[in-house]
Amino acid sequence: MLNYIGRRLIQMIPLLIGISILNFAIMHLAPGDPIDLLAERNATAEQKERIKELYGLNDPIHIQYLRWMQHVLKGDFGRSFVDGQPVMKSILERLPYTLYLNFLIMVVIYVVAIPVGIISALKQYSKFDHLMTSMAFLGQAVPSFWIGLILIYFFGLKLDWLPISGIGTIGLNVRTAGFWATVVDRAAHVIMPVTVVAFGSMTGVARYMRSSMLEVIRQDYVRTARAKGLPEKVVILKHAMRNALLPIVTLLGAELPLLFGGMVVIESIFSWPGIGLLSIRAIFQRDYLIVMAINMMGATLMVLGNFLADLLYVVVDPRIKYS
Amino acid sequence: MSQIEHQNDRARRSFGGDAMTPEPESYGKMVWRRFKKHKLAMAGLYILLFMYVLAIFAPLLATQSYETVDPPNKLKPSSREHLMGTDNIGRDVFSRVVWGSRISLSVGFVAAAVAVTVGVVIGSTAAYFGGRVDDILMRFTEIVMAFPTFFLLLTIVSIVERSIFNIMLVIGFTSWPSLARMVRGQILSLREQEFTEAARALGASDARIIFRHILPNAMAPVIVSTTMRIGGAILSESSLSFLGLGVPEPYPSWGSILNAGRTYLLQAPWITTFPGIFIFLTVLAFNYVGDGLRDALDPRLKD
Repeated sequence: MLNYIGRRLIQMIPLLIGISILNFAIMHLAPGDPIDLLAERNATAEQKERIKELYGLNDPIHIQYLRWMQHVLKGDFGRSFVDGQPVMKSILERLPYTLYLNFLIMVVIYVVAIPVGIISALKQYSKFDHLMTSMAFLGQAVPSFWIGLILIYFFGLKLDWLPISGIGTIGLNVRTAGFWATVVDRAAHVIMPVTVVAFGSMTGVARYMRSSMLEVIRQDYVRTARAKGLPEKVVILKHAMRNALLPIVTLLGAELPLLFGGMVVIESIFSWPGIGLLSIRAIFQRDYLIVMAINMMGATLMVLGNFLADLLYVVVDPRIKYS
Repeated sequence: MSQIEHQNDRARRSFGGDAMTPEPESYGKMVWRRFKKHKLAMAGLYILLFMYVLAIFAPLLATQSYETVDPPNKLKPSSREHLMGTDNIGRDVFSRVVWGSRISLSVGFVAAAVAVTVGVVIGSTAAYFGGRVDDILMRFTEIVMAFPTFFLLLTIVSIVERSIFNIMLVIGFTSWPSLARMVRGQILSLREQEFTEAARALGASDARIIFRHILPNAMAPVIVSTTMRIGGAILSESSLSFLGLGVPEPYPSWGSILNAGRTYLLQAPWITTFPGIFIFLTVLAFNYVGDGLRDALDPRLKD
């Protein structure tokens, strides 16, 4: 096992180096000089030159890359060109909000999608199954921002039931309004963003669960369980479902990278102050170092997520031998 | 009746009746016959036909110009003059949606074509040459795949000059990796199949094996995935436009029309409603057609 983990980790190194080179290259092929952001508008050529020297923008590109990497390995992504804050600090400030939203989304997706997938597998080709298949097609075709706008229109503006932006009412917290009022307020803010994202991804997870379950209930051990006279409930819940859940575990690893970059649209609609909103602002302001940091972290998480998924799979499925 | 005669009899019957010379139907006809059975795919096909008619005859169908600004008549609801109302600077939403079909459909089509070309070239080169070439190409594919796709798309779109053509290219160039992997896997597995071996044993040349046996079989999933990718590219473009990084003004894409209505949701919901319906229907149609093609092209599925 340790051997397997070690080998996988070593294989990751060239991949991550490749990712960092591509990431660096994309941002440095960009037209437009970051110096225009760094220097004041009426700065003289001489001042600009000094700033360039200060930020090391005059060095050859591979030197710039190595210097950037050197800092990145220490967890330092530089300072924002726009507000001068350390990039890492801005990201860490926003991360909890995105994590919080993502956590709720995942809970909703799995709590709904797993039973739905199981039921439609057990009742294959029933009305319920067909309905679910249609919903899956709908979920894939509807633009998430459009669903978001429709929800905002009805529940936010017309009915005025739900707040349309932010994570909570400003100034309202446990100290000023009490515990329950705060919980209700935070929940009201989170319902719409969670619904929009969950609707889009839920159908995919449900389909996955369905096909996994369909495969499992045709296995010999399920037939054996039935043959020895176990009640259907036990057969389904204990013998079939547990095994059908295995491949779903790998999906969890795949969800991890969505934290970075996956939430841009949704955070932008609901003014959710997370990583997505930070990244779209950085992109508009050409704040290269933030964009590079988010791309780098997103890609690293993707690599780690895949690794984690494989590892989890080995842990939960004793039939798989790592070698 | 001997075993062999019995089998022949069965084979003849399965060709349809007792006809002495059963005419084997052509591949194309068979695919079409099977595709027609998929009701939703047919519905999708009709929707797409409708959208393409809109796109091709846009100059005739649009009642007004897509860029004529008319501030006194801004945010007007649906009327006889403006079927879908007017937007925030008084442009006719209906005409913009009609012209938008041209832009959105071409973005989808070109972006998917770019992705498929790059994906097929990289995937089949890797599979064909194997060894070091395969290693290098697949590592590169993995690297590109590791980036969060939509964010990578945003990043590149933000640094290139914004034009319709660039948007098509960037969407295409960020979405090929999964296709390259699929093509490579497909070819590698086809190479080991019995029918390829049989052809080799019969003395078929490499070229014949590649073009007659491997490529036609590898094409079915590529065609299916291309169809669905067009829908996906239309969605990507509309998300970009929604964030203000899509097709530049004054050109209308469904996403950019929608974006203009974002701040006028309460006063003028029609600006967001209509283009949204068009995006949704078109993407849904492409996905259903892709699904129908998957069933129709798969030789292992019986009628």
